[in-house]
Amino acid sequence: MKAFTQHEGLVVPMDRANVDTDLIIPKQFLKSIKRSGFGPNLFDELRYLDEGIPGQDCSGRPLNPDFPLNFPRYQDGSVLLARENFGCGSSREHAPWALEDHGFRAIIAPSFADIFFNNCFKNGLLPIVLAEEVVHQLFEETHGREGYSLTVNLEQQQVRKPCGELIPFEVDAFYKHCLLNGLDHIDLTLEHSDDIRAYEQARREKSPWLFDAVQ
Amino acid sequence: MAGQTLYDKLWQDHLIKNCDDGSSLIYIDRHLIHEVTSPQAFEGLRLAGRKPWRKDSLVATPDHNVPSEAIERAAGVSGIRDDISRIQVQTLDENCRDFDVVQFGINEPGQGIVHVIGPETGVTLPGMTVVCGDSHTSTHGALGALAHGIGTSEVEHVMATQCLTQKKMKNMLVRVDGQLRPGVTAKDVVLAIIGKIGTAGGTGYAIEFGGEVIRAMSMEGRMTVCNMAIEGGARAGMVAVDQITLDYVKGKPYAPKGEVWDRAAEAWSDLYSDGDAVFDEVIVLGGEDIEPQVSWGTSPEMVAPISAQVPTPSKESDATKRTGMERALEYMGLSAGQSISDIKLDRVFIGSCTNSRIEDLRAAAEVAKGRRKSDSVKQVLIVPGSQAVKAQAEREGLHEIFVEAGFEWREPSCSMCLAMNADKLGAGEHCASTSNRNFEGRQGYGGRTHLVSPSMAAAAAIAGHFVDVRELAPVQWQEEVV
Repeated sequence: MKAFTQHEGLVVPMDRANVDTDLIIPKQFLKSIKRSGFGPNLFDELRYLDEGIPGQDCSGRPLNPDFPLNFPRYQDGSVLLARENFGCGSSREHAPWALEDHGFRAIIAPSFADIFFNNCFKNGLLPIVLAEEVVHQLFEETHGREGYSLTVNLEQQQVRKPCGELIPFEVDAFYKHCLLNGLDHIDLTLEHSDDIRAYEQARREKSPWLFDAVQ
Repeated sequence: MAGQTLYDKLWQDHLIKNCDDGSSLIYIDRHLIHEVTSPQAFEGLRLAGRKPWRKDSLVATPDHNVPSEAIERAAGVSGIRDDISRIQVQTLDENCRDFDVVQFGINEPGQGIVHVIGPETGVTLPGMTVVCGDSHTSTHGALGALAHGIGTSEVEHVMATQCLTQKKMKNMLVRVDGQLRPGVTAKDVVLAIIGKIGTAGGTGYAIEFGGEVIRAMSMEGRMTVCNMAIEGGARAGMVAVDQITLDYVKGKPYAPKGEVWDRAAEAWSDLYSDGDAVFDEVIVLGGEDIEPQVSWGTSPEMVAPISAQVPTPSKESDATKRTGMERALEYMGLSAGQSISDIKLDRVFIGSCTNSRIEDLRAAAEVAKGRRKSDSVKQVLIVPGSQAVKAQAEREGLHEIFVEAGFEWREPSCSMCLAMNADKLGAGEHCASTSNRNFEGRQGYGGRTHLVSPSMAAAAAIAGHFVDVRELAPVQWQEEVV
């Protein structure tokens, strides 16, 4: 997994609550058996004026001029600013894959849906929860100033505003460790193999019906 | 020391160890797999040279992409017309073969929507931890299991290690007291719950559903309720084990038998929240207060009783909510103050992991019997949740009732719940749907979804617009309502 230490990036506002995973990446793109290539279809139904078809070249599609991702000033943005309950809906990891493939490295919102939140950490994408009024202020500042950037420092758990103001944020210690070092979660878990086997053996004896029923 | 909740007990029973960094390793008993969220996970195993930790914990079936039309379905995987859908289903076939994973293939008797076949075969059991790369895995919590959706990285992680690294969630009890009125179903209960707590109300919680209404509910009704826990923001929903649970599980093909059954049933009988257990949050609804529900917006929390009107955004004081309502009404092509019963339908979909079980089909058939779909409704799809449900419905003659009503009787699949196969809404079309999500574009580009119960969907198909099913229902209901 890609490590995340510090990132400075242009902020893109997504001023809408309850952005669901169907909006982030519509279902027709879930038919891919790959992990990459979802970026051009990120927010497909909001971003384009026509219906997206898997495998098509998106460069010639009509763009929705009212969608921030299409504004010239937000090109190359890599920090997504969002509203409450971002990523609600399905467990599709295609949602963080699409965000990451498009170039986002961090998402700031007052709250995230649980499964999406977890999925982000597996893909080097940092979801940051900040208080609603702080997020609101960031929206104001982003709208108010072209080129508005934020610097996210994971080690320090701080977001630095252009004026130098530091906003602290909380992050789970395990996820922080994994992200900072770009660690593979499976390798880490396999370090506990002996514990897993011991548990499994005891469980097999106590609850044999849980084992070998389906072969 | 305070007693334990059902979730506390299930967590404790599956805890391998607590790690220094505050995370916990949790053992996974059952891992269900479908074609959409697994290919990248199998590929990850391949690239790392890993094998599944415990093959007998894995069960796969294709459901999202498979066609529902009998003619397209007949030739099996090779007959799937959409090239990329076919490749995805073929990839599941290949992965199951390469990694020696049990699969109920496209036209085999065990096939169906993954959350329908788990409970009906005994592949999922009380007391299990159940995961699947699908957010509606919460369904299996109805059995008294700890079940939730995971992303593809975690699909790979569970295959490789049999574990998940997790933090314990908080406990929420949603209690539905009293009794339901005739014609009000499990679907109406869960829509009313989501309307009350909101789509993020359960974020960070495991929800236990309890109270007299849940206790009186059949297992299939409980599955409908737990299925939509995620629409209230909670990854896991669950119901305590009782005699209804045990009666349901007993005799299922993969359920324990004989002396092992007795041991299992004894162990499961402890799967309830202790009387002195403490919940972080308790929500109470009165069963008598719940009417048949219809969603009017683009989030499952945007729901109203059939007798109500589409709400007026200007009356909402919260600015973010108000904007969301305005956007939803625009997308849905509805006006504030319009009666819910005035909403006309273009299509009706009865199916999905929420409502495609035999009781759902019986409820729809009861309304449809001897009636015909409205001419203004273009299509009514009845998509059974599994091969077993389909066979049972045909034994009962339900398919004939549907066909006589002008409905289409289809093959088991996720179908128009998320429109990954050919079953889709056209832009601007309104659909009465027994599925779980009314998000923009969910059932087709520009499509407009209204979430309802199977009987409400059937009633809407007959009337051509939403109607209180109790007005169309068999005579005995009408007498009780009046």
